[in-house]
Amino acid sequence: MTITMQTNRIDQAFSDNSRELLNVYFTAGYPNIDDTASILEYLSSAGADIIEIGMPFSDPVADGPTIQESNMQALDNGMTISLLFKQLEGIRNKVDVPIVLMGYVNPVVQYGIEAFCEKCQEVGVDGLILPDLPMHDYLKNFKQIFDSYGLYNIFLITPQTSEARIKEIDDNSAGFIYMVSSASITGAKKGISEDQERYFNRVNALGLRNPRMIGFGISNRATFLKACEYANGAIIGSAFINLLKDSNDLKGDITRFIQDIKGINN
Amino acid sequence: MKTLEKYKVDEHGYYGKFGGAYIPEMLYPNVEELRENYLKIIESPDFLDQFHSLLKDYVGRPTPLYFAERLSEKYGAKIFLKREDLCHTGAHKVNNTIGQIILAKKLNKKRIIAETGAGQHGVATATVCALMGLPCTVYMGEIDMERQKPNVERMRILGTEVKAAKSGSKTLKDATNEAMRHWINNPVDTHYIIGSVVGPHPFPDMIARFQSVISEEIKWQLKEHTGKENPNYVMACVGGGSNAAGAFYHYLDNEDVHLVAVEAAGLGNDTGKSAATTQLGKEGVLHGSKTILMQTPDGQVVEPYSISAGLDYPGIGPIHAHLFDSGRGTFHSVTDEEAMTAGIELSRLEGIIPAIESAHAFAALSKMSLKPNDTVVINLSGRGDKDLETYIKWGKY
Ligand SMILES: Cc1ncc(COP(=O)(O)O)c(C=O)c1O
Repeated sequence: MTITMQTNRIDQAFSDNSRELLNVYFTAGYPNIDDTASILEYLSSAGADIIEIGMPFSDPVADGPTIQESNMQALDNGMTISLLFKQLEGIRNKVDVPIVLMGYVNPVVQYGIEAFCEKCQEVGVDGLILPDLPMHDYLKNFKQIFDSYGLYNIFLITPQTSEARIKEIDDNSAGFIYMVSSASITGAKKGISEDQERYFNRVNALGLRNPRMIGFGISNRATFLKACEYANGAIIGSAFINLLKDSNDLKGDITRFIQDIKGINN
Repeated sequence: MKTLEKYKVDEHGYYGKFGGAYIPEMLYPNVEELRENYLKIIESPDFLDQFHSLLKDYVGRPTPLYFAERLSEKYGAKIFLKREDLCHTGAHKVNNTIGQIILAKKLNKKRIIAETGAGQHGVATATVCALMGLPCTVYMGEIDMERQKPNVERMRILGTEVKAAKSGSKTLKDATNEAMRHWINNPVDTHYIIGSVVGPHPFPDMIARFQSVISEEIKWQLKEHTGKENPNYVMACVGGGSNAAGAFYHYLDNEDVHLVAVEAAGLGNDTGKSAATTQLGKEGVLHGSKTILMQTPDGQVVEPYSISAGLDYPGIGPIHAHLFDSGRGTFHSVTDEEAMTAGIELSRLEGIIPAIESAHAFAALSKMSLKPNDTVVINLSGRGDKDLETYIKWGKY
């Protein structure tokens, strides 16, 4: 077998210093168990630049009601990590968008880190966000495995993260840094305040190696554009889950939602 | 020579391979502030003065170590009861909340949050918040609020706001999730008083230290009774494991003392209705620490069952995961039936109606091979007043 070292798709997305990148989160197996791959395809063809697929967990402590409910529903639907990998088989024949898996550390550890990473590489996953995986445990037990399967680990920072810690996170990150817009769980706040602008500016002044995306509280074109003034792009989660919840036409609704946010007229 | 302190937390926050701080970045500053300050504060003379004087004058410590003569006769050993049931508010939980409220004050926190299952920790938190004049919000699973109405009202009388946790399975683990979410949203002025030796480091260590007053007293009290500090066995029930951690603490590194932890087996470990974490769980991560956890093969946390709401938790503190894994502790599990029977037996033999949690520890007596000269200390973690309705429903007395 020959392995060609190709650049990670996340890096491609950020090449040419791209701005206004849209990253969309959705929960695997939601609203219906078989929706995962179709949502991914609709998002990609509508123009999402990065896609985060949430691996549902019974106890998502960092998430607000919207994403909690999508996690519960997905689990009730019978969603598992094994099933997610099955749903993603062959996806790279259809979409080229960077894919990041996001989830809590316990289900991943139960699956087995090595097996998990091997599967990620096989189906074409580019990065991972495991918010409750501490840095030192990552460096000690995970990093080498992630690296060997070409997976980027993406860390979060918040307005309370100290400058020294941001630098440490920057040193150990690849792909991008997930800038949580405010001290909150997902979906909790709306809009961007002056305090938040000061925080974004403070981070921007640090001269970090990694590009940043702003997430939490981004819900429409206005908040998206506002966030993009301070970072390479922004992440939408709860607002997109709300759209899925009420949708009778996933393809049409997703396309309109993404194009609205990106300001694409058709 | 064996190394000392091998069952206490190491400098990275681990007990063997268990423990740590598996938390999202949004919680990192809160937990880090605590980690940096907790030892400095709780070892300061000022803190210790206040802590011990409140434990003495407000909680009613030292609690007695009582030689249970008729129980001893029945089981053929010398059995002593550590009377945590006589603490103000009716259980050991208040030892921890007194410690944490003083700490919160020293950290200049303005508000308190807590989670509760049966409501004992919620009441103990509401109590110290009233005492210190701090506003308090307690999260309680919607289902538990229904099951434990008197404790909900006790908290409200004490001036605490009780919020229903409506997510997930609507019980203790979800109340804990909600409290953590609240803490994420209010990182600066709020302290989270966790109720057992669970959560991210430094909570398990800090809470074990506050509860360690139990074994500190057992040592001198037992010496007064028997001339020796060390019993052959110390027994305690384990939900998250705070009363057990406190009863074991000063004996951890003395391997002549057998540490016996008793978990709730509900309807039986093979019925799917149990809370015996070490028997049914696997290594996993929940609520900020790596521990033993009841979970599906896919790593989803399983809802446990026990007749006792205080033992109804899918994990155990990392200190106990380590005691189990290393073989230092002996773990028994007893069913609802065995626990209720033991509760009635203690009532009849000694005139003490125990909390159903504590009754689990007594039920393990019949599973041990005791010799007449053995000295046994059972931690009687709480009194049965809160459980009257469950005893009545049980009916077999
Ligand atoms: C009387 C009593 N004992 C024991 C427990 C279990 O907690 P832990 O294992 O932390 O001691 C509780 C919890 O509510 C309790 O009320």
